Amino acid sequence: MTAAAKIAPAFDADKARADFPILSRQVYGKRLVYLDSGASAQKPLAVLEAMTRFAENDYANVHRGVHFLSAAATDAYEAARRTVQKFVNAAREDEIVFTKGGTEAINLVSYGFLAPRIQPGDEIVLSVMEHHSNIVPWHFLRERHGAVLRWADVRDDGSLDVEALDALIGPKTKLVAITHMSNVLGTVTPLQEIVARAHAKGVPVLADGCQGAVHEIVDVQALDIDFYALTGHKIYGPTGIGALYAKRAHLKAMQPFNGGGEMIREVTRDIVTYADPPARFEAGTPPIIESVGLAAAMDYLMSQDRAAVKAHEHDLLVYARERLKDFNWLRVIGDAPGKGAIISFEAEGMHAHDLATILDREGVAVRAGHHCAQPLMERFGVASTSRASFALYNVRADVDALVAALAKAREILG
Amino acid sequence: MDQSLRELYQEVILDHSRHPRHFGVLDDATHKADGHNPLCGDKVTVMLALDEAGRVADIRFQGKGCAISQASASMMTEMLTGRTVAEAEKLMEGFLHLVKGEEASGLSADDREHLDVMSGLSEFPMRVKCATLAWHTFKNAVEEGEVVAKEGAA
Repeated sequence: MTAAAKIAPAFDADKARADFPILSRQVYGKRLVYLDSGASAQKPLAVLEAMTRFAENDYANVHRGVHFLSAAATDAYEAARRTVQKFVNAAREDEIVFTKGGTEAINLVSYGFLAPRIQPGDEIVLSVMEHHSNIVPWHFLRERHGAVLRWADVRDDGSLDVEALDALIGPKTKLVAITHMSNVLGTVTPLQEIVARAHAKGVPVLADGCQGAVHEIVDVQALDIDFYALTGHKIYGPTGIGALYAKRAHLKAMQPFNGGGEMIREVTRDIVTYADPPARFEAGTPPIIESVGLAAAMDYLMSQDRAAVKAHEHDLLVYARERLKDFNWLRVIGDAPGKGAIISFEAEGMHAHDLATILDREGVAVRAGHHCAQPLMERFGVASTSRASFALYNVRADVDALVAALAKAREILG
Repeated sequence: MDQSLRELYQEVILDHSRHPRHFGVLDDATHKADGHNPLCGDKVTVMLALDEAGRVADIRFQGKGCAISQASASMMTEMLTGRTVAEAEKLMEGFLHLVKGEEASGLSADDREHLDVMSGLSEFPMRVKCATLAWHTFKNAVEEGEVVAKEGAA
């Protein structure tokens, strides 16, 4: 046993594994080793049951009927909003807008907040490690409004150069849009410092929390951040729902993005007036059952010792790095201090898709490709990488399986 | 070891991917197209020269991709040389059936034997697109990729 193996993390991952029914299934007759939680996390029974229970007992449309079930469903939906509020520690529940995911949350800021106030030549500062969902909405503003995108680089170890980012924030900057955690490198950005520097120049900050929210504790008040986007399915919740946290003052000044039912105050043949936030931004029937699932997922996470979970995931990262050291044909990309439990790598002479196919047959699920982060791939001079991303239900045996499968891939392709 | 994996990554495929035939630029190409698989970021460029009889007189490809896509492109260039466009399209049709595990009755016995190394793909539906990228790019080149000589060029 190695020295690292003796330090048992306080978090009981084996116990947590029992909460996730899918982890007991096999693929190709082999134990499922799910290392793709960065793409989408598996769901605990608590989430699945909460959604079923709600659908079986309390389901109806929200904010519409006066009947019993409509009231019950509305209560559940608004309770879910308060759970999100608690999860990100927002000051007010009406600072939480439900969206269909992280992508829609960021698009809402692009369309509702920035588009009306951007002039040709105005700048948006982002980093090269953004996911496409935090790039393309800003490209829209470039294409349609003449905005200029300014890109903050990362260092060779994948850490963000905050000084370089700060230097990009100037009098024309209208927003800093930055990931909380890179989905490829695992790099965690110093949001507090970024917000402080941007605010010193009067510039608001949006954080893409799609990866960060599950691994880091989010406190939007402590961060003093303007916008925080998150998605349900990466934090053990359902697909089809996410949320945008935005400061009350921003939300009140924002234009609606989707038009439809539920987001209006009054509609006549001549005019329309809009509801107050957050309803203004929730046109149409929202993801109601999913809101209950999202709340259950957040409750599940909040019921854990988050620091212990983080230590457990970090242990997996350290253990994996240690075991992968023997493979001198692997190049790991991203080694920033304090990074999250994500390992991206390139294998000499092996394309990521061939590798992933072979790992798959060993029961090991990894992501292969450009990870919807093409500017970052370009930065590191790779067309694609393989990525193992860890969650609270992963164990060291998963790392062992990954290592064994990689050796097999080398045998076939090497 | 998983038998289907062995079949997929058999020596012929790996050899083609490591030493692709007809890899490079074709200066006097009459047709050219770029192919892109957004799923994995693989890119391929197919360049070919059709002679007066409408036969593939010469063909080259360039690009980066997985072993399957590179091997498939390499094999394609070998098999298409000397064929008419109509023959090439018929071959392509048979190939597409074959990699999906469908009946490929249009293939000659000889072509079938050649392409048999690719039949293991039918066990890997997620990878079929890797194998078909070069063929679709060839078709695009023939149909829409006519190289127009620049004015004033020799």
